[in-house]
Amino acid sequence: MSPTTEGRRPRIVVVGHGMVGHRFVAAAIERGLTETHDVVVYGAEPRAAYDRVALTSFFEVGAEALSFLPGAAYDDPRVALHLGTEVVGLDRATRTLALSDGGTTTYDELVLATGAAPFVPPVPGKDLDGCFVYRTIEDLEAIRDAVAPRPDGARRRGIVIGGGLLGLEAANALHQLGAETHVVEMAPRLMPVQLDEVGGATLVRHVEKLGLTVHCGVASTEVLDDGTGRVAGLGLRDAEPIAADVVVFSAGIRPRDALARAAELEVAPRGGVLVDEQLRSVTDPHVWAIGECAAPAGVMYGLVAPGYAMAEIVVDTLLGGTAGAFTGADMSTKLKLLGVDVASFGDAFATTPDALELVFADAVAGLYKKLVVGPAGPAEDGTPREDAYVLLGGVLVGDASAYGLLRPMVASGMLLPDNPEELILPESRGALQLGLPDEAVVCSCNNVSKRDLLDAVDVDGEHACADLATVKTCTSAGTTCGSCVPTVKGIIEDYFASVGKEVDRSLCEHFALTRQELFDVVAVHGYRTFTEVVEAHGTGRGCDICKPTVASVLASQFNGHVLEGETGALQDTNDAYLANIQRNGTYSVVPRIPGGEITPEKLIVIGEVARDFGLYTKITGGQRIDLFGARMEELPAIWTRLVDAGFESGHAYGKSLRTVKSCVGSTWCRYGVQDSVQLAIDLELRYRGLRSPHKLKGGVSGCARECAEARGKDFGVIATEKGWNLYVGGNGGATPRHAELLVGDVDTPTLLRYLDRFLMYYIRTADRLQRTAAWVESLDGGLERVREVVVDDALGLGSELEAAMERHVETYADEWRATLEDPEKLSRFVSFVNAPGTPDPAITFTTERGQIRPVLAGDPAPAAVDLGATIPVGAPR
Amino acid sequence: MTPTTTTGTTTGTPAGTPATGPAAAATTVWTPVCATDRLGRERGVAALVGGRAVAVFRTYDDEWFALDNHCPFARASVLARGIVGTRGDVPFVASPMLKQPFGLRDGVCLDDPDVRVATYPVRVVDGVVEVGTVAGPPPETQGVAAP
Repeated sequence: MSPTTEGRRPRIVVVGHGMVGHRFVAAAIERGLTETHDVVVYGAEPRAAYDRVALTSFFEVGAEALSFLPGAAYDDPRVALHLGTEVVGLDRATRTLALSDGGTTTYDELVLATGAAPFVPPVPGKDLDGCFVYRTIEDLEAIRDAVAPRPDGARRRGIVIGGGLLGLEAANALHQLGAETHVVEMAPRLMPVQLDEVGGATLVRHVEKLGLTVHCGVASTEVLDDGTGRVAGLGLRDAEPIAADVVVFSAGIRPRDALARAAELEVAPRGGVLVDEQLRSVTDPHVWAIGECAAPAGVMYGLVAPGYAMAEIVVDTLLGGTAGAFTGADMSTKLKLLGVDVASFGDAFATTPDALELVFADAVAGLYKKLVVGPAGPAEDGTPREDAYVLLGGVLVGDASAYGLLRPMVASGMLLPDNPEELILPESRGALQLGLPDEAVVCSCNNVSKRDLLDAVDVDGEHACADLATVKTCTSAGTTCGSCVPTVKGIIEDYFASVGKEVDRSLCEHFALTRQELFDVVAVHGYRTFTEVVEAHGTGRGCDICKPTVASVLASQFNGHVLEGETGALQDTNDAYLANIQRNGTYSVVPRIPGGEITPEKLIVIGEVARDFGLYTKITGGQRIDLFGARMEELPAIWTRLVDAGFESGHAYGKSLRTVKSCVGSTWCRYGVQDSVQLAIDLELRYRGLRSPHKLKGGVSGCARECAEARGKDFGVIATEKGWNLYVGGNGGATPRHAELLVGDVDTPTLLRYLDRFLMYYIRTADRLQRTAAWVESLDGGLERVREVVVDDALGLGSELEAAMERHVETYADEWRATLEDPEKLSRFVSFVNAPGTPDPAITFTTERGQIRPVLAGDPAPAAVDLGATIPVGAPR
Repeated sequence: MTPTTTTGTTTGTPAGTPATGPAAAATTVWTPVCATDRLGRERGVAALVGGRAVAVFRTYDDEWFALDNHCPFARASVLARGIVGTRGDVPFVASPMLKQPFGLRDGVCLDDPDVRVATYPVRVVDGVVEVGTVAGPPPETQGVAAP
């Protein structure tokens, strides 16, 4: 749209700041709409947009983790966000909006993103104390308070009315809150929109196994009053009433279109602002509607993905684009409900004429998988095809792993093989061998086709990706919901196999094993030396890749001194001399300063050591002090001084824990809510010396302002009012990554337990030189998998991982002190074995800014710098 | 494990015989650098031989080698501090700075044959490691990386 008013930037007002409203604003910023337009957003809820789809995880991860906009402000001065302000009136003639705070505002373009409201059926008693809906964080908090155990400790009882998607989410919340939970569904099965009868029945068995009670085919007649205006239970038609303390209505949603109706915008018969394919109101060209409050072609879409698509189309159209059109959405669904995989896609109910069903059911294992197939049309040349079938849709309950494969097959129209049942049999690699057609969309979230994937891995291509991780980065496939990752992996592995390229995961020429396999080999056989490992499992005598790797694995498992015996010959030069080699062959020295806290006395010692040995000093990013220019033979004398003053190795040279950075925390900071310094010190001392596949960094912030930049670390802890949020998998460097929330609001012992498990799991399973971010990414299931193993203890490894960490903590010893106490280890710190008193003449320094700097052979002499005398000041007057 | 006779290996030159090449006719000067048990297997150590920094290595099967200690890629005197291993049958040291591999037998960089560091003969006499040099200009290191 071109600016509408001379001399003024046109103004877009967005009503509603839910997921879709936020997406609209984010797209407007990203695509440059805010360069020409002002955007003003009004949200009725007190908080900024958050992930409503993941609402049930609120108690686990906290509100902050669900938020799409943690600071509640956009990083664009042209966007103004007003929360807690409802738009209560719309005058289209003057393009004016009335606000709940009594004010008014005007718009040039109005975008309605008011979403939907839960539908509460008109049963008597629906407004009693103890009746709730399930839509917002506030709803969830109110439900939590209402189902808190009775004073005598007895569980509360809760009933969810509605056994659809949302109803089961609500039931999950009640169940997690410890309430005795009932689900009442009027239809004869759960998830009646998505599942057929057997699928629904399979789901009921899963849900009941968890201890919930399901009542299907039952109509509610009234909410019973206990005589004081509180809920006593639910009356049912033709059945005994159920006693309960809480009733949650989750029987569907209705578009929130009251504002539009009052302004006489046309709405669809079943609600929702009637809009065209560009999401523009059919009544008023300056009003747009997106998300659940919109009804393109009269249909309302209750999923978030179509809402996102609508938001993008409106931004595109306002930018002057003409390509965007919303013509319907794939309503396929895959989700995990109460820990059960459920998927429904395409024509799940076999409504297509001549459709046939293929079913695999295993009642014992709780599996139900159905394919709906139909006769294929004529071939491209018009010849009719006999006995050829295509996939039309399906239902999966209990194991939805085939979803990633099957859903793209529906749209692609590829012919099914002679034995299509193999697609849903357990342990089937399904359609991989069949070859999806190239145009099949494998990742529906990011619209990545099989052709896009093959282009990315094409071995002749200039920038061919070599593995799953790079394919994901370069195509975005599998980076949103992740359900297609196994399919993506299968496609690229099949491709590599077909061109004869082995996906070689060997460490180096000496070991046809991955680091993880080496770790297991060492653990199982109890090897203590490289020679044992290479003679039993490798070839040759190793190299600069496998030797440090084996050294790290041995150190992680046995925590011996890194310079002990043969192990010393395995170390990279940094570990070999317990210092960081610099470009002229000298080393830098970094004493540990836990949490960045240091006394003046220790600070003075560092200064004195630097002065006495003539070292260059610089403050590091990890809140400590680096002393550069130490000759190798000087290191023992330097460390003698440091150890005497109470310092120990900072492991700046090792693939191991570096620092745990902290802000000043609640002790001094007026904003702090927890003592971040104490926790940082505790964590740094707990994990110091821990050898790992790559360096490890941590951070602790005392409040949500995050001054310690903890989310840029492998593990970051941020204080909350109730405890700590633990984030994992962050890093700075060439590919910065923010750590993601693993668990929220935990106390310190729980935090330590999860962190112990996380770090040990990483150490055991990561590849060599793989930071935690890449490791998390590489796991099937990503962060969710980490959470299963670390928090839910899905592998039953929790106590073993904790015990391994406990052993590390107990056996830790400062390796510099131990080195100084051992003449054998000290004997290697000489400049020349036959002239230990002669310093290496190749090492020379000049000075710069008052400190030393190295000079390499062949370096040009530094140019003279003489600023003041050469500044031209003009001719004298 | 510790040879006590003069049967130690040199860099292709039998102990005591003159090195080949232009300087072959000159007299080899043997500088004792350390006792054999001063250096563990698959380790290196720097020694001062005729005013030059030389990296002396001992392999897993007790062969001894000497290279110039100067890494032409890093332009620093560091090769003695690299990790010693094998590539195929070739014993090599990886420069500790940027990991370029140098064959211990001929000093040639395994990834860039145009770059070579000088080698020196080594022998073991009565449990003492000796590095040989010849009078005249020091052996050349070739293909030095440009600054």
